[in-house]
Amino acid sequence: MENEQKPEELANIDFNPPETGWMDTPPEFKKGIFCYGSRPSYLEAVGFPNAREWKPTDEDWKLPDNWKEIVLEGMKERLEKYRSFKIFMDICVRCGACADKCHFYIGSGDPKNMPVLRAELIRSVYRRYFTTAGKMFGKLAGARDLTEDVIKEWWYYFYQCTECRRCSVFCPYGIDQAEITMVGREILNLLGTQTDWIGGPVANCYQKGNHLGLEPHAITSNIEYLCDDIEEITGITVEPSFNRKGAEILFVTPSGDLFGDPGTYTAMGYLMLLHELGLDYTWSTYASEGGNFGFFTSMDMAKRLNYKIYAEAKRLGVKWILGGECGHMWRVLNQYMDTWNGPADFLEEPVSPITGTKFENAKSTKMVHITEFTADLIKHNKLQFDKSRNDHLNITFHDSCNTARGMGIFEEPRYIIRNTCNNFFEMSDDETREKTFCCGSGSGLNAGENMELRMRGGMPRGHAVKKVQEKYGVNMLANICAIDRAVLPPLMDYWAPGVDVCGTHELLANALIMKGEIKRTQDLRLEDLPGVEDDDDDEENNEEGEE
Amino acid sequence: MGMLFSLFMVAALIVVAYAGVAVVNMQNLFGVVIPYAAIAIFLAGVILKVLKWSRSPVPFHIPTTCGQQKSLPWIKHSSTDNPQTTGGVIMRMALEIFLFRSLFRNIKSEVTDGRATYGSDKLLWLGGLAFHLTFFTVLIRHLRFFAEPVPAMINTIDALDGFMQIGVPHLLMSGVILVAAAAYLLWRRVGISQVKYISLAADYFPLFLIISIGLTGIIMRYFAKVDIVSVKKMTMGLVSLNPVVLSGVGSIFYIHMFLISVLLIYFPFSKLMHMGGVFLSPTRNLSNNSREKRHVNPWDYPVKVHTYEQYEDEFREKMKEAGIPVEKE
Repeated sequence: MENEQKPEELANIDFNPPETGWMDTPPEFKKGIFCYGSRPSYLEAVGFPNAREWKPTDEDWKLPDNWKEIVLEGMKERLEKYRSFKIFMDICVRCGACADKCHFYIGSGDPKNMPVLRAELIRSVYRRYFTTAGKMFGKLAGARDLTEDVIKEWWYYFYQCTECRRCSVFCPYGIDQAEITMVGREILNLLGTQTDWIGGPVANCYQKGNHLGLEPHAITSNIEYLCDDIEEITGITVEPSFNRKGAEILFVTPSGDLFGDPGTYTAMGYLMLLHELGLDYTWSTYASEGGNFGFFTSMDMAKRLNYKIYAEAKRLGVKWILGGECGHMWRVLNQYMDTWNGPADFLEEPVSPITGTKFENAKSTKMVHITEFTADLIKHNKLQFDKSRNDHLNITFHDSCNTARGMGIFEEPRYIIRNTCNNFFEMSDDETREKTFCCGSGSGLNAGENMELRMRGGMPRGHAVKKVQEKYGVNMLANICAIDRAVLPPLMDYWAPGVDVCGTHELLANALIMKGEIKRTQDLRLEDLPGVEDDDDDEENNEEGEE
Repeated sequence: MGMLFSLFMVAALIVVAYAGVAVVNMQNLFGVVIPYAAIAIFLAGVILKVLKWSRSPVPFHIPTTCGQQKSLPWIKHSSTDNPQTTGGVIMRMALEIFLFRSLFRNIKSEVTDGRATYGSDKLLWLGGLAFHLTFFTVLIRHLRFFAEPVPAMINTIDALDGFMQIGVPHLLMSGVILVAAAAYLLWRRVGISQVKYISLAADYFPLFLIISIGLTGIIMRYFAKVDIVSVKKMTMGLVSLNPVVLSGVGSIFYIHMFLISVLLIYFPFSKLMHMGGVFLSPTRNLSNNSREKRHVNPWDYPVKVHTYEQYEDEFREKMKEAGIPVEKE
């Protein structure tokens, strides 16, 4: 579904709050802002409650009879289970530092998209039912009754948060709206109010091993197609293995990279790099998903999906696990996997078989990010590049929210880009690294029916790219996230037309000189490399690149 | 509504204290009973609240990382904004608590001419820091009323605080800055439409209360000068558990004491508990070492999973056709 408003119209935003107080301003469900409700089969597939046909615009959401009890019990349980949630309910002083940090607020002007107010939506209920002041003084104490309209409001706004944690960077107490949204969504899941776009990938991943629902033979054939393209470009036959016992390394990446471009070019990059190294590694069709849409429903569901990675590593008897480029996948792997499904004592501490480098920072989880792995290779001069093959690209780098604020992997991808490309330009400090802006479509909001929301939420990122496009002629937006690769192309078409999107391993493989390769005339997208048809004019290319 | 209500409440508290002392002569209640009760409620309330928080565990390792992770040895690691060690966490927390590190990052986002732009905005940081630092200074200064002889350190602080040597007695800057900073924080809540929109009575009330405490203190010191010797006898009486009530101590002193007592009583039940909460915030007080060292969730329990065996049973034929190895032929 396309968003019909022009960018100029969309960027004309009214930041004045309404006349009425927020408790007295019911949400208006605007088409283009929210996702469809989940079909019952998705919920049934994983045993989520209250599976039924429903639409968010329905007057009656067909909640369970005892919905109120479920919600309050759900809140109580989570207040007891999560110190983060409990403290974040109590200590906010409403200073407003977070208010204008949210990409959805900047892009919509809707005051309930200020993280502080999005949190107050649930805090007000917390006060009413869990604090003395709220019980006694009600609205005066910022408390309000739990009604079905409140549930609808939670739903509308907790699915206008991408759990990007940007607000948490600026909060003087580190209050993280992502934590509050996650709890809010868990509670909404107890009522069966899942979105279709999240429910589908969760059900697929549980049953088939990946979000896209690719069955084993589809995975191998998709990768074989990519290998055919690699052969056409390089003349080299790449033959990856699947579910191979005894391999040294298990490679796990988001399934999105196997399916749609430009993610497929990144997957080609992995295949070419790992082939060139002669790495003893295997793909798995069972653990064929690095991402985790379960993380957008409940902690339990996320754990259930994440289980497959260690289980498969154990079954195959590998030594350690290498993970591809993905944002929320790495939030989960860095901060949750070992806790949920570890200890991975059946694996060995990861060591690069090429350089001998020990990845000390991953010695418990035993899972290494591919940009850590590759940066180490480059540092040790294990790879040869012809950077001029990327000279037609003026590149900027988008830090993904999760790898930025849930991990802090900033330099590794930049090191790869600088060593494989001549033309790299940064966006401003206010728009990158820990202050990076979300693509606007994370945490399962990358559906089609909420395109206006995605364009609004992605506006700060879009404008940031537009600025470097105008200043430096940037035409390529690199990133380390499969969701980014899926959602940034339409965002760029909208806010910064002419800018394409790629993963860092596409850039790397494009520049990688492989042993025995034919003279490259095409890039990984099977497009002609500019200027290569003529003989030996690399220098000329370089000069262009300097401009 | 929240603002007017809070203003009214604080005004009412002042009237209550004044009437209680000047009209019905309940000096004992306002000078002894309420202050003791307030201290007890404050201490018990804060301790209980922190205990209640700490009863909820930290199941997952969720620091917000605000700098480069520690990975390869040749990549410069941001040891305080993304700490890997306990030492790094202590540094991060110290910067957060003493210098408001996160608030210092503050930037202002605007959409002008259809383009999102960002500019430096340190006023909230400055106002917040000035407020808290001077509040702390004033608190320390007041220890002179609860110790005999007055420790040298407090005299030094007083001397520094009054180094400008304006007027008699010397103007102490901390009190003035405290009231000015609180007034700025109040102005933000009224003058910035977004902040006004999110503000509750619970945001205005402590500001009015603290401003009133500051103003009554200033009035006592510079204008309606109270009998400072009697005041000290009373405060020393409180601290030595031999409370005395002396005549000749003006009502303004009782108002000041009463408002402080209200603040102490209010504290544990309010957002003012951010003072304790900031220490326990899991996005700040954990190191980013969850791949290096396993974090254990105390309430972890098994979940239903889809095993490889189930998967192979469902897809065995397709796997064999695609040449994928299987466990059972």
